[in-house]
Amino acid sequence: MRAIEILGLEKTYSVGFWRKRPKRALHPLHLNVEEGEIFGFLGPNGAGKTTTLKMLMGLVFPSGGSARILGMDVNDPRVKAQVGFLPEQPYFYDYLTARELLEYYGQLSGMPANGLGAKIEAMLARVGLPDAANTQLRKFSKGMLQRVGIAQAILHEPKVVFLDEPMSGLDPMGRREVRDLIEQLKKEGKTVFFSTHILSDAEALCDRVAVINLGQLRGIGVVADLTSKMHAKVELIWQGTSMPPAIAALGADWHTSGDTVRAILGDDKQDAALEILRRERLRLVSLIPVRATLEDYFLEKLESTEAPVEVTA
Amino acid sequence: MNSRIRHIASNTFREAVRDRVLYNLVAFALLLVGAAILVGQISIDIEHLVVINLGLTAVSLFGMVIAIFVGIGLVSKEIEKKTLYTVLSRPVRRWEFIVGKFFGLAGTLVVNTFFMAIGVFAALLYVSHHLHAPDAWVLIAVYFIVLQFLMITALALLFSSFSSPLLSAVFAFSLFVIGTFAEDLRGFAALTSGMARWVATGLAYLIPNFSALNIIGSVAHGQPVPGHLILYNSIYALFYAAMALSGAVLIFEHRNLK
Repeated sequence: MRAIEILGLEKTYSVGFWRKRPKRALHPLHLNVEEGEIFGFLGPNGAGKTTTLKMLMGLVFPSGGSARILGMDVNDPRVKAQVGFLPEQPYFYDYLTARELLEYYGQLSGMPANGLGAKIEAMLARVGLPDAANTQLRKFSKGMLQRVGIAQAILHEPKVVFLDEPMSGLDPMGRREVRDLIEQLKKEGKTVFFSTHILSDAEALCDRVAVINLGQLRGIGVVADLTSKMHAKVELIWQGTSMPPAIAALGADWHTSGDTVRAILGDDKQDAALEILRRERLRLVSLIPVRATLEDYFLEKLESTEAPVEVTA
Repeated sequence: MNSRIRHIASNTFREAVRDRVLYNLVAFALLLVGAAILVGQISIDIEHLVVINLGLTAVSLFGMVIAIFVGIGLVSKEIEKKTLYTVLSRPVRRWEFIVGKFFGLAGTLVVNTFFMAIGVFAALLYVSHHLHAPDAWVLIAVYFIVLQFLMITALALLFSSFSSPLLSAVFAFSLFVIGTFAEDLRGFAALTSGMARWVATGLAYLIPNFSALNIIGSVAHGQPVPGHLILYNSIYALFYAAMALSGAVLIFEHRNLK
């Protein structure tokens, strides 16, 4: 069974005070996420990531299309018991302690009172807040709030976890811990759908990613497949203090450092560049194929003018 | 009451308590007792009447201010601070959230009123040295004040479900003031004719009739409260609050939480 099925979900808002005009936040989006997958939803700010997540959570009503989670309509109350959600930049009831907050959310999720206390203790330890159980949230740092936010999203052991920018506000150690936690969720068989613009996290964690920009799906697939489809590049390093104009004309990105020059150019230009180096009697230090990263793919998709990706069921 | 509504209500109550709203009533009760001593010294023979009038009016006004200013933020603050997102992403229906919030604030006001009523009776005891049988009617006046709180809380929630806190406060406070003169508006409607009569009568029945629920003057004079008035006022206030709450639910059910 698919964990998430997005079937042409779209959203248009009315903007303006007197003369309302439509503003499309999300073009019809088709997307499927399999059970047990870690799925990255990537895009710059304002791309439509949060709008999509809010529609999946029933916070915003779609202008068209529908979505299913675990085979049920997103508005089916039974779905909510199987879903955990961490909003972007979460803010919680700051008059509550961490324990009280988790207790409240546990109760709302229908968790039995018996054993809830022990589960809360274990969860606080799991997100690295074992000593903050009785501290009011108004005294929490941004990173601690993010951790408690993750705790409330997974406390009731949901099958599908939605995380909106989960690494936001965390220091490198915290980010590492959240990454480990997401991997742990996958090992437990849960599906994780997370939005981010921190591409290194997505590259390290995700089974598949989707890139969205200006409300349109620009690409989707397994990270390795997506990056392998990109135009291959090579890195050339040689001894010298200046860039021969003939190599610059091949479209290379380059910079000099001391008595070496480093240039990156398409692998189809590799032979021509080597020939120029030989002719100019410059000593080659290294030639290394450059692996395309998710960041390269992401940037290419953002700058791309090609038609949006169509994904059908 | 289902468990989710109960949990939302108790969290709303806890928020009010930790917001130090309830602490104000302790100060209020002390002030009231202090004022009673002063009144006892300057008003001969009518100190009993003045304490009931002063005390119950203060209970009513103080509670109205809490109902309006806490009530208008119940929904809008949750949206503004995004705390609502993590609540509604759980198996909580939107109507349950609104009803839970209503009961939470209503509970806060009932507890507030209970303590303030103790303050009023303490002041009465101080000036009269003992309570009389007609003083029991003060309890009915307090009950009517609570009914008014239920109506204004539901109205504040209704406004809070679609407008900003500032506008909600203006709407709710205006309705409170107009509702205090509801009987006058009904009297005015009876004097008009034609289209104006229809409009005035419609308005008179649409606005909350707080004047019918205000029996402070009569209980201060020791007049008994007829049983049918208690019944009609209870039905009216609960029906009005239920309608306002239904309106709030209806609006909130279709609201996009951007």
